[in-house]
Amino acid sequence: MSNLVIAALVMGVLALVLGTAIGIFVKFFKVKSDPRVELVLELLPGANCGGCGCAGCADFAKAVASGRLKPNGCPVSSQEQVNAIAFALGVDPGEGFARRAVVCCSGDKFQTQMRKFYNGAIDCAAASMIGGGPKGCRYGCIGMGNCAHACPFGAIEVINSLAVVHQELCVGCGKCVAACPRGIIKLVPADSTAHVYCSSPEKGAVKRSLCHGGCIGCGKCERAFPDSFTKTGFLASVKYDAAKLPGAEEIQTIKCPTGALATEVDHYAGEKAVREGEKK
Amino acid sequence: MNKSSRKVMSFTGGIHPVSAGKKLTNTQAVHTAPLLERYTVLVQENAGKAPEVIVKPGDKVLKYQLLAQASGFVSANLHSPTSGEVAGIVEVPGPMGVPALAIDIRADGEDRETDPFEPIPDWRSTDPKVLLDRVSDAGLVGMGGASFPTRVKLSIPPGKKVDTLILNGAECEPYLSADHRLMLESPCRVLEGAAIIGHILGIDKIYIGIEINKHDAIAELERFSEDYGIKIVPLQVQYPQGSEKQLIHAIVNRIVPPGGLPADVGCVVQNVGTAAALSDAVTLGIPLVERIVTVSGKVLKDPGNWKLRIGTPVIKAIEFCGGVTDEPSKLILGGPMMGFAQNSYEVPVAKNTSGVLLFSRRRALNYRSGSCIRCGRCVQGCPMGLCTCLLATAIEGGRIDLAEQNHVMDCLECGSCAYVCPAHRPLVQTLRLAKAEIRRQRAAAKAKAEK
Repeated sequence: MSNLVIAALVMGVLALVLGTAIGIFVKFFKVKSDPRVELVLELLPGANCGGCGCAGCADFAKAVASGRLKPNGCPVSSQEQVNAIAFALGVDPGEGFARRAVVCCSGDKFQTQMRKFYNGAIDCAAASMIGGGPKGCRYGCIGMGNCAHACPFGAIEVINSLAVVHQELCVGCGKCVAACPRGIIKLVPADSTAHVYCSSPEKGAVKRSLCHGGCIGCGKCERAFPDSFTKTGFLASVKYDAAKLPGAEEIQTIKCPTGALATEVDHYAGEKAVREGEKK
Repeated sequence: MNKSSRKVMSFTGGIHPVSAGKKLTNTQAVHTAPLLERYTVLVQENAGKAPEVIVKPGDKVLKYQLLAQASGFVSANLHSPTSGEVAGIVEVPGPMGVPALAIDIRADGEDRETDPFEPIPDWRSTDPKVLLDRVSDAGLVGMGGASFPTRVKLSIPPGKKVDTLILNGAECEPYLSADHRLMLESPCRVLEGAAIIGHILGIDKIYIGIEINKHDAIAELERFSEDYGIKIVPLQVQYPQGSEKQLIHAIVNRIVPPGGLPADVGCVVQNVGTAAALSDAVTLGIPLVERIVTVSGKVLKDPGNWKLRIGTPVIKAIEFCGGVTDEPSKLILGGPMMGFAQNSYEVPVAKNTSGVLLFSRRRALNYRSGSCIRCGRCVQGCPMGLCTCLLATAIEGGRIDLAEQNHVMDCLECGSCAYVCPAHRPLVQTLRLAKAEIRRQRAAAKAKAEK
């Protein structure tokens, strides 16, 4: 009988002591957590791509909850998702624009002059260290897919030794920009339709001898739309900060002689057509 | 001395590449190339900073006249290979695959010389500082391949003491026989050059390491070496015997610490070609404007060793050899193991061009690389004792930090690992990529620390 009493007493005292201890620990060692961080984290896509400039989604959520960054700093979230975060926190979603990556080169293996043969490591950075890469042009896409491997969203495809961005998949996180050893991937506003697919600053005649798709600096686009295009040396470029950029139909009226200035749709369709033609 | 009783030195690791290629050229005397109409002399022929061009288009120049002045400590002078007119400073295909600046000289056919330097026949009683100045004035660079300015190599950093000079006559690369012919045909120039370097550094322990497949050169040098107090060391035929660190290990059995220089173990290593050029610069007073180049390959009609002036386009060197018998598919400047493949025949010969090699499509193995089978042959073959296969796997997986911890920076890029790899993995290329990336990271960290 007494054994039972002792056991009950011991357990009772132990429960009392530990319970008090837990109560004290909770009070003194409390970690202050912001419930809003958890909330934002739940609303974020969780890709951890680093496109926002933070170490990951959790880091970004912290920054948004503390007000350091605006919800639209996340390039992956759609406008609805951004608005949802802003609504949940009761803050301004922020003004800005979504971005997309563009590989500024149109030198696929049929357009550029390829050198005899390259059979080294399949890595753009390694290939560019050997005599300037396997293609004739020293500025263009090497086409070994470092950007495609770096892309967390599978938005880059290498077609005919040329990296092409799938605009519907690209979220503009910028991982590919860092991965490209040639630095020819640009982040552009998502609503822009046409780009100059060439990055070579060489003279027009030199470019023409190396690649049929390069910009020769004829200035046709600049003359047609002086507000939207500009030319430095032998390379045209789009003024992405212009108020209004020409649409797809207007681009077609320019008739770029080499096809370096093209809409995203046409550029991808052109590369795809060549690939399918090769298959037949 | 009885040949069989001699001890033949070597290092650990290394490989034995097929050496039949040397037979194409090593029995033929060196030919002197005829004068060309045009030379394109690369402005940057040295490692380090490019020299400053001091001639203008339209200037008349004489042979041996200064074309470009060294622009810093790690830089070298450049002299004209012939007399004529400077047509311009043009871009030509460079030896690294990217266009490089070159001085275009149209020869006038007269080959008139200036006398830029006073010969110093009694160099033994001359102040080493004067001789050192002559070395930099004559534009001497390491002629083994790296083209590091000789002046820099002979200026021992304060706090270091050197007691041994090693001349590299190993010529371990297959196909090349330029140094072999040089030692055979002008042994006294090589020995005198070695003795002058010894005098400059105040060293009397001088060795010349030669692989035993060049026994005639060993015998020839030994006839005169006693007079100069120089020891000829026969070395085993093993690649990369001619690498600085391996040569020091083989001859004086010292190990250069990782990331260190030969001066850390009291050694200075020079190529035999550099020694011969140095002897010319001091005793005859002529700068470095020509060198012996092995022009070889089975597709050439008549392979041989040629004395070519710097700035000779490679296509001319091929024409001297009677042209080709079959369509070549690979052109390499330097040796087949460490040389650089070229994409143009207009590349000019530079001070460090030891070979011009042409290979047919069959010889330039068009292989496909596969996965590592973990056989460990690359580990066995690495002269620096690196686990090349694991390093390459780490780099391919993006773990450059892991490769750095495991001494990827010690890689010589000799190519032994890639040569023996049965899966034909591009090991050297992968390691080079990591080395470039680590160097970039270190430079960025240094720049950040300075900020």
